Amino acid sequence: MQDFIQHIINGISLGSIYALIALGYTMVYGILKMINFAHSDVYMVGAFAAYYVARFLGIENNPGFSTLITLLLFSMLSCAILGLAIERFAYRPLRKAPKLNILITAIGVSLFLEYGGQVVFGADPKVFPEVMKDFVLFNIADVELKSFDVTVLLVSLIAMLGLQFLIFKTKLGRAMRAVSANSSVASLLGVNPDRIITFTFIVGSALAGIGSVLVGMKYPKIDPLMGMMIGLKAFVAAVLGGIGNVGGAVLGALIMGLSEEMVVAYLSSTYRDALAFGILIVILIFKPAGLLGKYSVEKV
Amino acid sequence: MSSVLLNVENLEVFYGSIHALKGLNFTVNTGEVVSLIGANGAGKTTTLRAISGLVPVRGKIEFSGKDLVSVPTHQRVSLGIAQSPEGRGVFPQMSILENLEMGAYSRSDKAQIKTDLEMCFDLFPRLKERLQQMAGTLSGGEQQMLAISRALMCKPKMLLLDEPSLGLAPLIVAQIFEIVKKLNNEGMTILLVEQNARMALKISHRAYVLETGRIVMADSAQNLLSNDEVRKSYLGI
Repeated sequence: MQDFIQHIINGISLGSIYALIALGYTMVYGILKMINFAHSDVYMVGAFAAYYVARFLGIENNPGFSTLITLLLFSMLSCAILGLAIERFAYRPLRKAPKLNILITAIGVSLFLEYGGQVVFGADPKVFPEVMKDFVLFNIADVELKSFDVTVLLVSLIAMLGLQFLIFKTKLGRAMRAVSANSSVASLLGVNPDRIITFTFIVGSALAGIGSVLVGMKYPKIDPLMGMMIGLKAFVAAVLGGIGNVGGAVLGALIMGLSEEMVVAYLSSTYRDALAFGILIVILIFKPAGLLGKYSVEKV
Repeated sequence: MSSVLLNVENLEVFYGSIHALKGLNFTVNTGEVVSLIGANGAGKTTTLRAISGLVPVRGKIEFSGKDLVSVPTHQRVSLGIAQSPEGRGVFPQMSILENLEMGAYSRSDKAQIKTDLEMCFDLFPRLKERLQQMAGTLSGGEQQMLAISRALMCKPKMLLLDEPSLGLAPLIVAQIFEIVKKLNNEGMTILLVEQNARMALKISHRAYVLETGRIVMADSAQNLLSNDEVRKSYLGI
């Protein structure tokens, strides 16, 4: 029983990280109806930004709260700038092009970042700075609550509540929802859709930046291809929840994290990655719109 | 009824190789209700889309003496052009209040926005009863009321209404046209696009008849109502 609860805690912690990345996929899809395949590589760049900032400031062996905050901020900033640049230079010129062109461009940007990353950062893995010490915070009936898990949970919870507030309680968020629902009507009301799209990329990318620091803290080995698998899983999470739906992305990510943890614990870690694609296949067959998504016929 | 608010000259629109508008010339004066009537595909909606900047155009669109052609859609709102689009275009996943607040997006005069909200509720009391209800759950008539109110929240100098009667029961249509007339009595300039020519002409000062991208008739609404050709083709008499 203790084991089971322990696995649930680990699964939720893993799921929150997937959620931070899945939100970026789903927000961009919601507003542009495109899959931003470069998103997982923005996440990778975030991890490297944190790595270099820590080295530059000499805090890579200085675990603690201030290191966590510093790395989070720099990673978010770097990801936001990169996301903005990708949108501005790769996607915006194709705003009126057929969707396939944008999709191929997204894959191109992704490959560019992955292999450009190998040139710039080197292909060999680097050790992520020590963000904080991992120690047992609470120990209730033999269930351990470790500082890493608590940090992951708290940081992602704050980020998601912040996003929730932004989307549903602010004027900017209202405009984001309006552009996502019908961008030409939104522009009739004075919204500049380009500006809202840029902002969406900034927010989604910054969330990936948060995710990269949390992952780096838990699994301190980073390399330029680190975004591929986690990006795919986050993408599956977004599809599982219903792509374009913010609440769905979080739900899908938690389900992904929990089931992955359970598979590793009770079946075999060999099936860890197979699970994600198994879920994708099942959801595409039985509920293609996702758990919270609405099925809509593509209008042409 | 003197100064020209909107002046359109040689307006042309192409959809690919289709020549949708073939050189329109028309004006709307301050304080007028002007209708564009015509059959499906005549170019009525395209004309409104052109004035709002949703389609690329050739020709001249002058509003308050300023050339609009190079002004992007979202900036035309602050110049004083608001549109209630064809099919209403309410945001279904947003509440009525949020839809109305979207109308005031480019404004920052908070006190005045509040007054204008109250004005919309006076016009359409039904909206006030359901402020927190999602717009997607409203009836067609209520959605149309919301779309008009939302356009009014832009505080326009000229209101563009695209087919406000579309798909609505006759009783609701009458209500909506009553409101349009009332808005005009209070000073609002209105450019109305309608297939329901009889209703449109009844509340308009002047009207233009469109046929396949051209203006084929232009006259006062009263004259058009008694014009034989219009009666036969558009009023079904």
